[in-house]
Amino acid sequence: MYRETNRHFRFDWMTIILFLLLVGFGWLNILSASHIGETVDYFDFSQPYGKQLVFIILTFLLIILILSIESKFYERFSSLIYLVSMLSLIGLFLFGKNVNGATSWYAIGGMTIQPSEFAKAATALAVAKYISDLQTDIRVFKDQIQVFIIIVIPAILILLQNDAGSTVVYASFFFVLYREGLPKVYLIIGLLLVLISVSSLKFGAIVTAIAITLIVLAYHFTRRKKPAFLKTISVIIACIVLSFGIKFLYQNILQPHQQDRISLWLRLEKDPVKIAQMRRDILYNLYESEKAISSGGITGKGFLEGTRTTGKFVPEQHTDYIFSTVGEEWGFAGTTFVVVLFVLLLLRILHLAELQKSQFSRVYGYSVASILFFHFMINIGMVMGLIPTIGIPLPFFSYGGSGLWGFTILLFIFIKLDSNRINEW
Amino acid sequence: MRQFLLFILIIIVGLTFITRLFYLQVYNSEAHNLFEDNAIRKVYDYPKRGFVYDRNGVLLVANQPSYDVMIIPREVKPLDTLEFCSLLKISKEQFIKTFNKSYHYSPRLPSVFVSHLSKEDYAVLQEKMRKYEGFYIQKRSLRDYQTTIGANVLGYIAEATQYQIDNDPYYNMGDLVGKQGVELSYEEELRGVKGIKFIQKDRFNRDIGPYKDGIFDTIPQQGKDITISIDAKLQEYGEQLMQNKHGGIVAIEPSTGEILSLISAPTYNPNLLVGRKRSRNFTKLYNDTISRPLIDRGLLRMHEPGSPFKALVALVALQENAITPQTTVTCSGVYHYGRKGTMGCHCGGGKRDLVLGIAKSCNSYFANAFRKSIDIIPDAGQAMDVWSDHMKSFGLGNFLGYDLPIGKKGNIPDGAYYDKWYPDFNWGATTIISNAIGQGEVLVTPIQLANVTAAIANKGFYYTPHIIKNIDGQTIDEKFTTKRQTTIDEKHFDPVIQGLHDVYNNGTAWFLKVPDIEICGKTGTSENFAIIDGKRTQLTDHSIFIAFAPKDNPKIAIAVFVENGYYGARWAGRIASLMIEKYLKGEVTLKQMEKLVLEKSLEDEYAKPYSGKPFTINK
Repeated sequence: MYRETNRHFRFDWMTIILFLLLVGFGWLNILSASHIGETVDYFDFSQPYGKQLVFIILTFLLIILILSIESKFYERFSSLIYLVSMLSLIGLFLFGKNVNGATSWYAIGGMTIQPSEFAKAATALAVAKYISDLQTDIRVFKDQIQVFIIIVIPAILILLQNDAGSTVVYASFFFVLYREGLPKVYLIIGLLLVLISVSSLKFGAIVTAIAITLIVLAYHFTRRKKPAFLKTISVIIACIVLSFGIKFLYQNILQPHQQDRISLWLRLEKDPVKIAQMRRDILYNLYESEKAISSGGITGKGFLEGTRTTGKFVPEQHTDYIFSTVGEEWGFAGTTFVVVLFVLLLLRILHLAELQKSQFSRVYGYSVASILFFHFMINIGMVMGLIPTIGIPLPFFSYGGSGLWGFTILLFIFIKLDSNRINEW
Repeated sequence: MRQFLLFILIIIVGLTFITRLFYLQVYNSEAHNLFEDNAIRKVYDYPKRGFVYDRNGVLLVANQPSYDVMIIPREVKPLDTLEFCSLLKISKEQFIKTFNKSYHYSPRLPSVFVSHLSKEDYAVLQEKMRKYEGFYIQKRSLRDYQTTIGANVLGYIAEATQYQIDNDPYYNMGDLVGKQGVELSYEEELRGVKGIKFIQKDRFNRDIGPYKDGIFDTIPQQGKDITISIDAKLQEYGEQLMQNKHGGIVAIEPSTGEILSLISAPTYNPNLLVGRKRSRNFTKLYNDTISRPLIDRGLLRMHEPGSPFKALVALVALQENAITPQTTVTCSGVYHYGRKGTMGCHCGGGKRDLVLGIAKSCNSYFANAFRKSIDIIPDAGQAMDVWSDHMKSFGLGNFLGYDLPIGKKGNIPDGAYYDKWYPDFNWGATTIISNAIGQGEVLVTPIQLANVTAAIANKGFYYTPHIIKNIDGQTIDEKFTTKRQTTIDEKHFDPVIQGLHDVYNNGTAWFLKVPDIEICGKTGTSENFAIIDGKRTQLTDHSIFIAFAPKDNPKIAIAVFVENGYYGARWAGRIASLMIEKYLKGEVTLKQMEKLVLEKSLEDEYAKPYSGKPFTINK
């Protein structure tokens, strides 16, 4: 009897409370960012805050559904879920609706659904399933390729729909693979990739090529046990090709607005007049969002009192730029609160993931933490001007039904898996 | 190790965010200020500027509406420029130039297109205004002078400078502020406090309603009316007397320190600095380097005081027991000092006591008195310090502290001053003997001289001269009602006042008597020089006069300074007598004298240094 009741409520309540705090506080800020005039009608469904309230209520139904399904179901049907999800992404090319240049939505009646928000959870399930398979050894190149394909399929489909922001998120699976035993060389390659890209754009391809050659040669000759010379040469050639390739990619493949974002971020442009003009024209959102955040001061201007929020100075403020509302109306106190909530949530998920006895649950938990971490890092970093503009939502916070449901499914499948960790195995 | 990578990254990213937020929101954040928030439009409601009345309640300065045509360049639609230009009375080139200038300033914000339309132009324009999109009319309030006098006293208002806007948060672009005279001194009282409405804007700069239902909005506070101590009739009369002459008159009521008139000549009509022609007229006045009408000579013209200073020299000598009223000097027409120093005297010669010495303005007598008051203390430097302190107690050698925005310190030398001049020389009383007759290193302004006269009339004290009489019924600043005591005992004033009285009886101003009024006065004639073509050239003497009346219970103390007017009684003395009669009797009986002064022009005198030819002086 006792065991029975215990089983149903043995969910990790700390994670659930953090989730509720984020969703609740998020909605208050959506209300601020989207209400018009002095009076607020909470159930005005023509306004984003009213719609979001409906989404949140539906989310609770969704949670109950997820938690009441046997946890075995997720592992058993993960391949199928992945398959359906991929089909829904492919279907966009036939039936998709174009919004702001991206073909990422299905329009059903008055509603729009963005399947890419659900694809993350599906991919996480598939990756967990594949890695936890007894025959898989992630240290083997063949298996690496297979898991890579699982991840890259949705990424490519989403990129083809012109939603570059969501594509970037799939890079977060690197952390999962690394945790599960991906050789260190990938980490080094990853770091090199970033370093070479930045250096090539900032200091030029030739300088970067020369610097890399010198560094690798120095490494080669200072090692007591000399590596094969051919290997060293091929590394050098690969790096040089990469540094020129990045430059070529930047100059010829990227669209002008993407070039400008990177140029501003890396301070490539030197002329202050031109910088000011670019900031105003290209980074208008960032410019306004930074101003809104810094105008909040320590304690903020108060709920519904932000002048820049009320005046709708920050475009897309209730979606990707929602954090600027927190900054203006709740000040440093509010923004720090949100950052701390996210950090606690992420650390809690990681902690729970490490506690899992089944590898499937652990890999899945790790995927959840990695995906949420990427969203958190990119979104808030972007709103504060720390990283170039990449349009992805802040989980649980930004306006949008698909996003909220996608993240909720992602998180609560893990909560369900976690609740079973003692009874299984 | 592998499980810690993400763990550590999460913490690093969290800390980085909090650091960045600290930088944005705490370190780099200006506290939220509605005035600096450009999401809030501030609309100002300008209060009525206070009126200015004279001491008898005569309205001097009122307000008049004025209309500015404003432009928001982005909203301008193609229009009939020919008609529009003719309505505004501007040329097409001007139209294009102003339009481009406004557009350059800001395409979205309003700027002034044509300022200060007259009521008539406004009436015509108003009906057609709706045809011209992007233009609108803004009402402002300009000064309306009810008088043509007292330009330098009243001052003027003009648009706030960028410096003022940057340094005083009250002022905005286009606000009118006091720039000179009473308008500047009493700017805060006169301007009132403007009302403000806060309006929430959106990012397209459109109004979307009052900010927080207008709880922070304020209504304007009207400016306070002020009454100044000037007697408009006396001021007007003085300005008439000073026509065609350069100089200043300052009249003070000794019992209060109120400035009865403050005349600077040449002056200008204050209406010139109002409205659309303001800047053109201002440039014209500013560039008139001979007349310099914008310079208030009553406050700014430093000059050697000449003989009126003898009264002070006598008072100091009496106070220091260097002489008594009975001390006599026999004047031979020249005063010898040192080995071969001489100082001429025009007094006519003979035996002089103090009273007669003042009456006849005997140089020898005061050279002796000055020398004695320095020699009484063995160290000349110390003696000069004592002498200087006495002089400074009359408000000389420093700013008087009156409530007008401009002034000069003048100069009263002390021991250190001469030690600097004569570092290797044991200077003494005879070295600096010119000070005895107001011709040495002593410099005063007319208002300082008038204040000295008031202090003598009061027998030893004065009130800081001031122009304010009351502000909307309130009492004025305490510093103007505090008695300033000089360092001279009251008893020493009697013989000096007797001497000043005898100036009118049997002295240098005997021909300036006014029937039924007992006047005490002192003539002064001060030599002066100009550099012409690199050569120090003597010009005609300045005519100086101080006076107070009546002798008992004085009502007016006056100092008159006429540039190059020759001897003191000639112009300054006459003007002083006429002013005193005008003030005390309300009318002038000395018609002959009045006619002479009104008709005499000194313009040819002022033209001499500029003629480029040799000229004679003191004729």
